[in-house]
Amino acid sequence: MNVANEAVAGHAPHGAYHGAHAAHGPTQKQYVVGFALAIILTLIPFTLVMSHTVAATPVLIAGFALAQILVHVVYFLHVNTSEEQRWNLMALLYTAVMVFIVLGGSLWIMHHLYLNMVPGAMHMHGRMS
Amino acid sequence: MSSDPMVMHRGSLALKPGYVDHAADALRDLRQSGDAVDFQLDHHHDAASTIQLGFWIYLMSDCLLFSGLFATYALLNSHTAGGPIGARLFDLPDVLTETMFLLFSSFTCGLATLAMNADRRNATVGWLAVTFLLGLGFISLEVREFAHMVSIGAGPDHSAFLSSFFTLVATHGLHVTCGLVFMAVMMAAVLKNGLTSTNRARLVNLSLFWHFLDIIWVGVFSLVYLSGVAH
Repeated sequence: MNVANEAVAGHAPHGAYHGAHAAHGPTQKQYVVGFALAIILTLIPFTLVMSHTVAATPVLIAGFALAQILVHVVYFLHVNTSEEQRWNLMALLYTAVMVFIVLGGSLWIMHHLYLNMVPGAMHMHGRMS
Repeated sequence: MSSDPMVMHRGSLALKPGYVDHAADALRDLRQSGDAVDFQLDHHHDAASTIQLGFWIYLMSDCLLFSGLFATYALLNSHTAGGPIGARLFDLPDVLTETMFLLFSSFTCGLATLAMNADRRNATVGWLAVTFLLGLGFISLEVREFAHMVSIGAGPDHSAFLSSFFTLVATHGLHVTCGLVFMAVMMAAVLKNGLTSTNRARLVNLSLFWHFLDIIWVGVFSLVYLSGVAH
């Protein structure tokens, strides 16, 4: 309640200068919700790994990371589907595709390279030095 | 013999001096009216959002740079050349403290943006100062970690794993350091010139940059530290 009031009060002068833009501006509520979600999505994987739970697999950790990145993008970077954010969103989606290709493609190709190498070559690499 | 009504019309307009005066008056009125002011504001707003989009595209290209470093690390982290593995080097409580420093600084950076939108100059500078100190805490912990690793012989020259580790994490650290310089400059600029439209546009970019660095850090602590220890 208090948070919402402050957020509205905080926007009144801004709106006077920038007109329609203020309606889409960030609110304190957004930052508080984003912050709380980010804290939770940080503490869970850290707790899982530090308590040596079997459940702490790389896939689960990656899942928490993706969820938290989404929280940051929505609540801190304020990316949305509105008209004025259209190009930001397009650039972000394009980047997400490129990141997926670079990361996924690299891992995929190198994994197959390892599979096609002489048997035992990977283990030798570790023992060489 | 010009019986065309349009030509006749045009001719009569040009010959009527009173009409020209009237049009000039109307134009002058329009220039002084609120419409003209609104147009200027809109124009200004367009310029600010263009600058912001340009900065956004820089951030996206930075994201691609990091994706290359992340891919390199993911491929090389098993190549320890007989040296120490991540699980033996990483201190998770320290990493959690670093993460919290950065997360709290992201939040206070948001509060600085809110203070700026509310035209509260001193509050804006105050929250930026808090953000700066939290960022400084993050960097000092990271430098301490690096110094410790180098001192026990686990420097970037030891293995492919450590080379890719230092490249990825230090590139992020360098970005945070640049963000701190950016922040210090903006605090001085706001104190000197106030919340001018130029300073506002730059503060928006600074907050985007700072939040973006926190997102990269989420990738770093998940892929490098948590996955490294969980393996």
